[in-house]
Amino acid sequence: MSVWRAIAAAALFAAAPALLAGEIPPDARRSGYSFMGLETRAMQDDDTANPGMLFVLDGEQLWGKKTGSAEKACADCHGDARSSMKGVAARYPAIDKALARPVTLDQRINLCRANHQQATPLPYESRDLLALSAFVAHQSRGVAITAGDDPQAKPFVDQGRDLFMQREGQLNLACTNCHDDNFDKRLAGAPITQGQPTGYPLYRLEWQTLGSLERRLRSCMSGVRAQAYDYGSPELVALELYLMSRAHGLSMETPAVRP
Amino acid sequence: MPALINVPAKAKRGDVIEIRTLTSHIMETGFRHTADGKLVPRDIITSFICRYNGAEVFRADLFPAIAANPYLSFFTVARESGKFEFEWIGDNGYSSTASTSIMVE
Repeated sequence: MSVWRAIAAAALFAAAPALLAGEIPPDARRSGYSFMGLETRAMQDDDTANPGMLFVLDGEQLWGKKTGSAEKACADCHGDARSSMKGVAARYPAIDKALARPVTLDQRINLCRANHQQATPLPYESRDLLALSAFVAHQSRGVAITAGDDPQAKPFVDQGRDLFMQREGQLNLACTNCHDDNFDKRLAGAPITQGQPTGYPLYRLEWQTLGSLERRLRSCMSGVRAQAYDYGSPELVALELYLMSRAHGLSMETPAVRP
Repeated sequence: MPALINVPAKAKRGDVIEIRTLTSHIMETGFRHTADGKLVPRDIITSFICRYNGAEVFRADLFPAIAANPYLSFFTVARESGKFEFEWIGDNGYSSTASTSIMVE
C-alpha cells in the first residue's frame, strides 16, 4: 500500500510545476527582440537594413493612391498617417461597432476598402495588404500596446485565452506549454520566446518576406500538427486579441525582424 | 521597386565610406515546385552596378542562392562631391535604379 501511496505522491509532485506555472507577470514580459542574436537586432534597428521597411515604403505609396469605384485614397479620409494612425495598431484587434465583434487591422483595412472605397478586399498575406498594415502599424512604433482594454472585448479576450490554454494537435500541446512555461529554453536550436506580438506584420528571415500574426499562429499550429484555423476566422482573431492583451504595455516595433 | 540606400551625406576627401543597399525582390530560385508539381520559373536579380559620378566603382553578380530582398554593403573612397547611381538588373527584363548624392569637403 505504502508503495502505491509513494507513487501517487510522486505523480502529484511531478504534475505540480505544470499546474503552478502560468501567466507571465507584467514586469517579466519581454519582446521577442530580447531573445534574438546581435546581428538580427542590428538588422531590425537600422531602417536602411530592415527589409520590412521596403513594405512600409510600398504601404506609404498605397496610402495615397486612389482606388475602388469611389476613387478614394486612404489619405482622402485619414489625412497624414503620421498623426492620424499613430497608436492605432497598438489598439488592434478592436471591436467593430456594426459587427459587434473584434476585427484585426487587416480586416479593418478591408472593411474600409469595402465600405468607403468600394474596392475589392485584398487577400490575406498579399503584398498590398501587408504593405498597408505595415505602414499603418509602423506609425505606432514605440507606442505601448493597449488592445483588449475595451470592456466589450472581454468575452473575446477570454475566448482567446481559452484557446491559448487548450491542448491541440497530434503533439497535444497548448500555446501556454511553450510560451508561458518554457520560454528562454530552446526548441531544437531556436530560442523559445514568450510569444509577444509586438512587431507584426514582421519580416521573418525564414519566410523571406513580411507576414502577419495569423501566418505565425498558423505555422505554430502546423508545428504541433493541428489543423490550423482559416485566415480571419473568429478563433484566430480571438487568439490575436488575447496575445495583444497579454503584451499589454510592451512597445510596438513594426516592422520587426525575426529569424 | 523601392530601394533603401545608406550613403553618408557628408565625407572628408579621401575617407573610406561604407555604402549599404537593400532592394525589394522575391529572388525566386527556379528550383521550387508548386503543390501540383509545376516548376516555379526562376526570377532573380542577376547583377548590380554602382556608379560614382558615372564611373563604375562596384559590381556584383547575383545567383539563385541569394536571399530575397538582397542587401549589399561595400566600400569606396570619397573623392569628390556628386552622385551615386545604383542599378539592379534581373530576369524577365527586370531593371531598377536609385541614386543618392554626397558632399565631399
